[in-house]
Order: sequence, then structure tokens, then C-alpha cells
Amino acid sequence: MTHWPLLSLTTFLPLAGVAAILLLRGDEKDVARNARWIALWTSLVVFAVSLAVWANFDPTRSDFQLVEQADWLPDFNIGYHMGVDGISLFFVLLSTFLTPICVVASWTAIERRVKEYMIAFLVLETMMVGIFCALDFILFYVFFEGVLVPMFLIIGVWGGSRRVYAAFKFFLFTLLGSVLSLLAILAIYFVTGTADIPEALAFNFPPHLQTWLWLAFFASFAVKVPMWPVHTWLPDAHVEAPTAGSVILAGVLLKLGGYGFIRFSLPMFPEASAYFTPFVYTLSVVAIIYTSLVALAQDDMKKLIAYSSVAHMGFVTIGIFTVTPEGLQGAMIQMLSHGVVSAALFLCVGVVYDRLHTREIARYGGLAENMPKYATAFMVFMLASVGLPGTSGFVGEFLSMIGAFQVNTWVAFFATTGMILSAAYMLWLYRRIIFEKITHADVRAMIDLTPREVLVFAPMIAVVLWMGVYPASFLKPIQPSIANLIERVQVSQRAAATALAQR
Amino acid sequence: MTAAPDFLPVLPEMFLGASGMVLLIVGAYAGARAIRAVTWLAVLALAATAAILLYPAWTAGVTRQVSLFGMFVTDGLGVFTQTLVIIGSLLSLLIAMRFNEREGIARFEFPVLVLIATAGMMMMIAANDLIALYLGLELQSLALYVLAAFARDDVRSTEAGLKYFVLGAVASGMLLFGASMVYGFAGTTSFDGLAKLFAGGGAAGVGLITGIVFISVGLAFKVSAVPFHMWTPDVYEGAPTPVTAFFSIAPKIAALTLFLRVMLQPFGGLFGDWQQIIWAISVASMAWGAFAAIAQRNIKRLMAYSSIGHVGYALIGLAAGTAAGVRGVLVYIAIYLFMNVGTFAGILCMRRNGKMVEGIDDLAGLSRTHPALALALAIFMFSLAGIPPLAGFFGKLYVFMAAIDAGLPVLAVIGVLTSVVGAYYYLRIVKLMYFDEAQGAFDRPFGGEVAAVLLVCAVAILFFIAWPGPLLNGADAVAATLFPG
Repeated sequence: MTHWPLLSLTTFLPLAGVAAILLLRGDEKDVARNARWIALWTSLVVFAVSLAVWANFDPTRSDFQLVEQADWLPDFNIGYHMGVDGISLFFVLLSTFLTPICVVASWTAIERRVKEYMIAFLVLETMMVGIFCALDFILFYVFFEGVLVPMFLIIGVWGGSRRVYAAFKFFLFTLLGSVLSLLAILAIYFVTGTADIPEALAFNFPPHLQTWLWLAFFASFAVKVPMWPVHTWLPDAHVEAPTAGSVILAGVLLKLGGYGFIRFSLPMFPEASAYFTPFVYTLSVVAIIYTSLVALAQDDMKKLIAYSSVAHMGFVTIGIFTVTPEGLQGAMIQMLSHGVVSAALFLCVGVVYDRLHTREIARYGGLAENMPKYATAFMVFMLASVGLPGTSGFVGEFLSMIGAFQVNTWVAFFATTGMILSAAYMLWLYRRIIFEKITHADVRAMIDLTPREVLVFAPMIAVVLWMGVYPASFLKPIQPSIANLIERVQVSQRAAATALAQR
Repeated sequence: MTAAPDFLPVLPEMFLGASGMVLLIVGAYAGARAIRAVTWLAVLALAATAAILLYPAWTAGVTRQVSLFGMFVTDGLGVFTQTLVIIGSLLSLLIAMRFNEREGIARFEFPVLVLIATAGMMMMIAANDLIALYLGLELQSLALYVLAAFARDDVRSTEAGLKYFVLGAVASGMLLFGASMVYGFAGTTSFDGLAKLFAGGGAAGVGLITGIVFISVGLAFKVSAVPFHMWTPDVYEGAPTPVTAFFSIAPKIAALTLFLRVMLQPFGGLFGDWQQIIWAISVASMAWGAFAAIAQRNIKRLMAYSSIGHVGYALIGLAAGTAAGVRGVLVYIAIYLFMNVGTFAGILCMRRNGKMVEGIDDLAGLSRTHPALALALAIFMFSLAGIPPLAGFFGKLYVFMAAIDAGLPVLAVIGVLTSVVGAYYYLRIVKLMYFDEAQGAFDRPFGGEVAAVLLVCAVAILFFIAWPGPLLNGADAVAATLFPG
């Protein structure tokens, strides 16, 4: 099986779906229906292929696997180079897992321009998978920035009332960050003489250069994460995006920042990372506490979850920069968990939004009475978001906190405060929506989850519980790569320390 | 004893000039009946010129060859950019044909003038002497002045032509003045002679530097770089749209090539002296092109500022002054050619009730009324903004690469920051087409040639990423020949 170019298939198969949808002709209703089915089948096949990637992945190895190489610009040492290791494998799966869910979730919610919508999502899937598989800097950057185009259109065309503002803010904020990382990539290209990522990862950059390159990458990844104070695009983008757009935004696009830190910043610039760790801790702690407080004050459901995302990603950045096995594994699991949980929470918002067309928390209340299935699903995701043991959220937060305690107790202390706040705003949100008395007649008339919606939530609940009860199946492939990374960072940090001592 | 010069290297230019004259006679005798035939013949003549140009390069390769007593040079740089110029002229002619007929300004002089201007541009590119340079430049400019005023009953077009003429004449005067100073202080007008003079990197006197500054000013005017860009928005807005399309492509490529050649070959040894000039006008062009475009409501003015910005990016490569820089410029202008022709082909479709509309708001809701046109324009806009995976990204990538390599990180940082500002106004056009409600359809049909040009350009921009090798390697090989050793 391994001789199949599995990664390229996963990456570019969605484009075949795009071609098929483009060929659709006929009256609008038929085209819309066919576009939905083609998108669904394409994304399901892609998911199946990505499962084959997992099956063929050897969890005991720490290097890049399923590697594919082809000439692209041989004269410039820029090549088509794909591969996954333990760090990127699950992000690929996360992307392919969420795309069919998005397609199903938009089945009836999207009525206008269904064809273009499905095309945008399939193109988005190609870009997302490509980001995590690319092992060449130029290729990586093409996917990394290419993501902006379909997302811009998704927010702008199918979004809410302030969609234009949100789409522009999203695009320009992230573009501003990523162009600086492009310059860093070019600098790396000239220092190492190649755009190949594995080669650059093994390269020892001189310390003065590390600082600048680290900052340039930081500009890009911090916007993506997003870290305080460059998080302001996120609430706007989330609120205005259609439900499925928010799902992808929260589920995958927010992970690009964390992935970038783990993949590039730590191994390539270990000394700069050590130097900037207090800075990252500070921003993360501020993000956790500040955005949690902001979340408490929201009366828009999507905005609340958006702010909670910023807080949760704060744990991720803390975990990453502890450079301990627990912290990094925790950050990985936290990102995967958040990818599923926050995506599901946005879907939960989407369910009631489709029925009542408002996201105002005060308009709801008492849904437990007439929507018991919905209340159950919402509860699972809410508790996972809070970090209840037995759910995926617990594993991630717990491991990153262990990592933080080893390194800096004050950071751990403040971060734990954030965990309490997160429980406060999530439980309060749940109470205001699900419990209390039904005061509005139209809320009473809302019907429970349809079979299609159950189909959307069931696999997500399964994954959340699986990750919470038996995280080993996810941690096992991650561990060797993380161990390898930590060794790499420690060796070069030690080398730098001895160099300093000798001087 | 002077032997008859070898005319073979200048055969393409001679053929093109002769075709122009023949078509002029044909047009004069056949009159209005033959406008379309003359246009198609002009297209054929351009294609034939390209064939004459490329056939020896294809069979025997390009080696540097100086001919006509040192006046002309045939080299990789020339062949590469002359081909681009011919493609630009050819595509402009194609998209102009129907438009001129509909606007009632179809005259056989149009293709003839385009041919003569193209011949002038090819001479500019091949110039190896300050006098030859000036001759080519003027041949080109005079034809372009007439083209700008081609809609002769239209006040705006006449104004554009006059403005272009007056300002262009001043710029030509500056260039000529600079050239005469260089001659006065160096004693030669030959590029090879000048290059030999400065080869040691010896200090140049104040007189020579002044001369070079004046030449740079003249050239900066021709490529419409800030602060010599003032004519661009007015001329672009006033001239008939196909002429604007032509202006924004072929003369720009020719002038940029001339800039490269003059700065790097005769004055290459004085790199340290002129680098700061290029650095400054590059930054000014990128910044002004990005910020001034935000306020524009007319699509042609917007494209004028866009082209100013793009010249700024291309000049980054010249400021680097390395082989990588030249490669960056060449890749940039090749990609820019297709983006711009495509965009203008799209703009030519903007007709409502038999009249041309030019406001960017007229594009509102285009994705509903003309989905294919909107998609093509969106591709061009994202590409102009430099968003991967479209070709425009690679253009920017290679100039930034050159800047980083040459140790100009500040220039690169300014470049990427202004490109984010620039992205705003390109995105606004996408926003109008995709997010806003429809305004009512444009007149149909657009014409087969326009549709074909749109398709070719969109496909070229979209799929460049899959097969970038030929262009990049070609540009690389050309750039390497300019920096032997």
C-alpha cells in the first residue's frame, strides 16, 4: 500500500471534486443538490484516504514518513516534498475529519450559491492538508497563505451582516503576519541553500539571526494562534462566518500557529525560543485571563466561544514553550481536542441559529425541555471544553499544566485561574441556554436535533470521549517525534550555554 | 573601408517596421473597409516577428552579438523581453479590435501605430549606445502620444494625448540632457565603451553622476515610477481603454528592460552611486502605488496606481543589482504582462447599454451576472495582490528573494508591508464582485478575442505553479549572461 502517493492523494483529491462540481450544469436546484453530494462523497473519500495514511504510519519512528519527492524547481533547490511525522499526522486527520462534517452541517443552512460554497470548502481542504504535509518551505507557504482566499470568500459571501468588515480584517491581519514569515523563509533559504524543511530543521542557525527569524515567524504564527493582543480579528471573523466557516476556522486554522511553533520555531531557533519564552508566557497568561473575563461578558454565543478559543490556545502556547515532553504532548492533545470541541460548539450554535436566526444568549433558555438530544450533545462538548476528566479537554490541559509546573509555577498558577474562569463562563452559558424556564414562544416551538444533525454530532462525541478515555492511541505516534524535538532543542541550548561559559 | 553591416541580427525589428509601413499603405488605399483585415495582418506580423526572433535563438542559442557598428546588441535579455513585448502588443491588438469598432473609433492607423511603437520598443531593448537608445525611445513615444489621443473626438482622450506628449517630451529632454552630459564627461556614447571606463569601479566625477541622474529621471518617467508618475493616472483614465491596456504592458516592459540595461551595463561599475536612487524610487513607488490606489473609484485610475506599485516591486530587483535581481525583474514583468492583459480584457467587457462604464462600483455583483468573467477577474486580482498559489506570488517571491540575498532586508520588509496595503484595494474589487448585490448585467457578447485572451491569461496565472520551470529557468539563464563570472 505504501507505494501509493497517499499524501498527495489526500491533498489533491478534493480538487477532483472541485472539477466535478464545476462541470455541473442545469437548473439551480439540481446543481445545488448534486454539488452537495459530490462535496460529501469527495470529502468522505479523502477522509478514508487519510485513514489509510494513519494505518500506514509507523508510530515508533520519529522521522518523516510516507515521504514523496518530485522535482519542481530543481535549479533553485525548491522541490515538491511531502511527508508527515507524529506532529503533523493528526492535523491532517483533523482537517479531513472536519470537512465532511462541515459539508453535512451546511446541507440546508446554505441555500445561495451552493456550488461555489462547496468548491470553496474543497479548495480549503486541499490547502489545509497541504500545509501539514508540505516539507518544502515554498510549498508550505503557498498552502499557508492560499488558505486565505477560500476563507475570505466563505466569510464574505455567506457570512452575517458585518461580513465584509470581518472578511477584510481576517484577510489583512493574517496576510500581514504571513508576509513577514515569507521574508524569514527567504532568509532561511539563503542561509541553508535549500528550501527543504527537514534540512533546515537540522541546520544550526547563528544566534543573532535566530532572534530575527524567530520574531518574523512569531509575527505570522501569533496572528494565527491567535495570541493576545493580535487576536481581535478572531471574534469578528467567527461571529460573521457561516457555521461551517467557524468550524474550520476554530478547528483547523487556529492550529496553524501552534503547529508552526512546534514545527519551525522550536527546532530551528532553540536559543531564540529560550530567550523569548518569558515573553510568550506573559502573552499567553494575559490571553488566558483577559479573554476569559471578556468571554464572561459576552451576550453573543459565537463571540463567547471565540474568546474561549483564544483562552484555550493560551494553554497551547504555554505548553509548547515549556519544552517538556508533558507540555508539548499536552499542547498537541489540547490543539486536537480544541479542534474537535470548539468546532462542535460552533455547530451547536449553528443548530439553534438555523432555527431562530439569532445568536443572542438571552433569546434562548430552557432548551432542555424541548430539545433533550441537543442538550446532551451540547453538554458533552461544554464539559470537554471546560476540561472534565474523561473528555479530551482534560488530557490536554492537564498535561500542559504538568509541563508548566515543572518550569514555572507562577505561569501554572495563573493558567489554572484561567481554567476556573473557563468553567465559569461555559457553565453559565449552558445554564442560560439550556436550563431556566422557557420564556419565548418561538423557543418552545424549536424542534430537537434532526437525524442529519445527530449524524454530525455522533462522530464528534465519539472522538471527544475516545481522546479523553484512551488518549494513548493519539499520544503514541506523537511521542517519538516530540522526544526527538526536545532532544534537538536541548542539545543546541546546551551547546549555546557551554559556548557562552567558555567565553 | 567599411563593409556593409550585417543586418541579420536586426531582422526582426526591420521586418516589423517594414510591415508597419506596408500596412499603412494597404490601409490608406483600402480605407475603412479593411480595418479588420489590417488588424489581423498586424497580429500576423507580430507573430511572424516573434518567429523570426525566436527561430535562431531556438536553433542556435543566443550568444551576445553587437551589430551595426556597435549600435545594437542581441543577447538573452533582449530576446527574452522583446518576446514579452511582442506578446503584449499582440494581445492588446486582439482585445482592442471589437472595442474600437463599438466605440466608433476603429481606424486602420491603430494597428499600424501599435506596430511602429513595438518596433521602437524592440529598438530600445536592443540599444547598445545612448544615441540608439534615444532613437528607439522616441520612435516608441511618438507613436504612443498619437495612440493616447486616438479617440480624437473625445475631450478626455485628446487631453490625455496632449498631457502625455508635453510631459513625455520633458522627460525625453531630460534623458537627452543626461546623455549629453555623460558624453561630455566620458567621451563616448557607446555602452561598451562606458562599461570599460567604469569597470574598475573608479570614482566618477560630479558631471558624470549628474548625467546619470538625469538619465534615471527620464527612464523613471517612462516606467512611471514615483515621483515621476503624475502623468500616469490621467493618461490611463483618458486614453481609450485598449490603449491603456497597451500602455500598461508593452512600453513598461521595454522601459524596464532599458532601465536594467543602462544601469547594469554601461553604468554597472557605478552601482554604489545609483543604487540609492533606485532604492528610493522603488520604495516611493510601492508606497504611493498602494496608498493612493485606495481612494480611486475609477478602475482605470486604480490600475494606473496599481501599475505604479508594480514598477516599484520590479525595481527592487534592479536595486539588488545582482543576477538574482535581474531574474526577479524578468519573472516579475513576464507574470505582470499576463495579469494586466487579463485584467484589461475584463475591463473592456464593462459596457452597459452600449456605453463603457469605468467605476469600480459598476462591477458590483458581477459573480451573479457573469460568473466566468468574475472568476477570471478575481484570479487576476488575487494574483496582482501576490496571493499564492497564483502566479503573481512568484513574481513577488523572486524579487524579495533577490532583495534578501543582496542584503536589502529593509527594502524587502517595506515591500511586503506595502503589498498588504495593496491587497486591500484588490480585495475590494473581489468584494464588489462577490459580496455585493448585482447592478445589472453588462452588454453581451464580449467578443471571441476578448474571451480567448481572458481564458489564456487566467489559465496561465492559475496553473503557473504547476509548471514554473521554463519561465524561471529561462529568466535565470538570461540573468546569468549579464553577470559573467
